[in-house]
Amino acid sequence: MSALVEGLSWLSLVLGGFFCMVGALGLLRMPDFFTRMHAASVVDTLGAGLILLGLMLQAGWTLVAVKLFFLGLLIFFVSPTATHALARASLERGLKPLLAPREDASSKP
Amino acid sequence: MMFSVAAIALLVTLALSLARASLGPTVFDRLQAANTIGTAAMLLLSVLGFLGGRPEFLDLAIVYGLLNVIGTFAVLKYFRSGDLGATSDQKADAP
Repeated sequence: MSALVEGLSWLSLVLGGFFCMVGALGLLRMPDFFTRMHAASVVDTLGAGLILLGLMLQAGWTLVAVKLFFLGLLIFFVSPTATHALARASLERGLKPLLAPREDASSKP
Repeated sequence: MMFSVAAIALLVTLALSLARASLGPTVFDRLQAANTIGTAAMLLLSVLGFLGGRPEFLDLAIVYGLLNVIGTFAVLKYFRSGDLGATSDQKADAP
């Protein structure tokens, strides 16, 4: 395996781990449910994508890479769907965003 | 070495999400944390397969992901309409 692919794989794995940790930190520290959901999507997009890309570079052109690709495809389609359903359900149950502008406030120009 | 770094980062992710799942004020916070835990567990399974030199763990990761999404939607439907068998027509007809 060439040194370039090895280095790119290193970079992808470390960056993916970093973004996973950042997303989880946002999930823990954000003040509101909707902002927490926003932070958690970092784990599903950038973190998972970079880690799977790093593993795919390690695997080369094998069946393992195909499995990793389908794993990424599953995350790519399923995670936004779950997030959307979660936001819709929480809005229907009456959960309001913390910083939403009030309707009776004199914020209109 | 690089797999160990990624695995440790994913373990930190799991710990932080677990803290949110146990703290979360509403049930939706817990569900979001459970969803994140599921994604991180899928990634951890695939990284562990490479770490041990057995990439067959990827099949487990795919199955875990499918189970995770089904579980999330089932719990979500229960907390949204209060009934696992409810359809959207019934919900519209209800007073």
